[in-house]
Amino acid sequence: MKMVVAAGTPGSGKTSVLMHAVRDLIRAGHHPALVKIDCMWTEDDARFKRLDVPVAVGLSRDMCPDHYAIYNFQEMMDWAAGEEADILLNETAGLCLRCAPYPDKALAICVIDVTTGPNSPLKVGPLLTTADAAVMTKGDLVSQAEREVFRERIIEANPGCRIIEANGLSGKGSAELAELIRTWPDVEGEMVLRHNPPLAICTLCTGELRVSKEHHRGVLRHLDGFMEYVGE
Amino acid sequence: MSQTASQSIRPLTLTIQGGVDKDGHPDGVPSMEIARGEIIGIVGPTGSGKSTLIADIEQFAWGDTPSGRRILINGLPPAPELRSDPRKKLVAQLSQNMHFLADMSVGEFLRMHAKSRGKDPALAERVISLANTLTGEPVNPSFQLTILSGGQSRALMAADIAVISDSPIVLIDEIENAGIKKQEALRLLAGEGKIVVVVTHDPMLALMASRRIVMKNGGMVKVISTNEEEQKIFKDIEKVDGWLASLRETIRQGEAVS
Repeated sequence: MKMVVAAGTPGSGKTSVLMHAVRDLIRAGHHPALVKIDCMWTEDDARFKRLDVPVAVGLSRDMCPDHYAIYNFQEMMDWAAGEEADILLNETAGLCLRCAPYPDKALAICVIDVTTGPNSPLKVGPLLTTADAAVMTKGDLVSQAEREVFRERIIEANPGCRIIEANGLSGKGSAELAELIRTWPDVEGEMVLRHNPPLAICTLCTGELRVSKEHHRGVLRHLDGFMEYVGE
Repeated sequence: MSQTASQSIRPLTLTIQGGVDKDGHPDGVPSMEIARGEIIGIVGPTGSGKSTLIADIEQFAWGDTPSGRRILINGLPPAPELRSDPRKKLVAQLSQNMHFLADMSVGEFLRMHAKSRGKDPALAERVISLANTLTGEPVNPSFQLTILSGGQSRALMAADIAVISDSPIVLIDEIENAGIKKQEALRLLAGEGKIVVVVTHDPMLALMASRRIVMKNGGMVKVISTNEEEQKIFKDIEKVDGWLASLRETIRQGEAVS
């Protein structure tokens, strides 16, 4: 089984890019299965189901969607195997940019929207810096020069990554992405994350609603950068 | 692996192998070869497939776009890296979308673009002075990109293509909406033996082309060569255009037209 984890900010075009790639994979004789992870609500599964492939949805609700995806990877793979799939595609919710839910042996894809401006590749963090491929979307909305400057910024953030210019509307770039997926090695044995998740051990995580430091315990960072431990 | 064209070959010919129109019928033009130094027009009504054809050339389609067309360089399929790596890219494109979204100064942006193409960042100044020969509204390196007018953006990108991109194939989409000296821009871009493909409904630009591809319903229907009669008409249009340009300038300067 091959595994693909597609991440990227909300609205960057993850679903559209994956839908085109799935069509190409089916045409090449593969059996892809899709898992969409979201927080509260999604209708992406309805879009994926139109492709006539197995689709599952995981809603993390009050939990971090990346954490939720990470400890459910084996379950996703078991499900995909039960559906007789040979490629598992996992689309993440795409939220805080601190995390990167990429296991080491999966193909890690960061979908990134060119219209967010040439500084965004430097802001996205591990989602981009630990990805195997960066898929640039919405390039048709800017000039060629701006696309090339954006591309240069991606290379600054992640010098080794493969860059694919894609268009979620026309399907441009999907053949290249599908080929990358097809030639990626199968996942085997134990997998570990490429990047450590955020240190989410705070009172907010356990349900505290009141604001300001007097109500919070654990490692707290002040606006000026000073860090302190408050508690037992 | 079979032989492919790489960037070390400065292209002499660009071949468009026909695909299909929106209904899946084969292109009326099965194959078209374009030589160095040639200006080719693409004409047809809205939705006829002009921008799709430009996109096919831009990405060196290889049967993997909706049209199914194939693009060959010197009669050979282009190597995969030619499609994406800007340092090896053979194609520069002046597109309809000229709104800049990057929150940067003109100078900073051009220096970074030069870097992405593996060129000297000092070329930025030449781009700006060249752009200022194409537009009536001067561009300053300290301007923010996002405040540029349509004409300034077009002029800047035309100059950027001539100086920084310097690719042997130049694609232009609808330059007539520009508010710049379009004819001078086209001559600048066509300089030094480049292949120029221009989508246009502008009679002057269309007749500057040696041939024009007629598009209909997504397909290439036929190719018209600019004949002698049309070349005579071009001279007339050029005069009229020069007259209109001088009137425009008089009005811009706040003077009375005589």
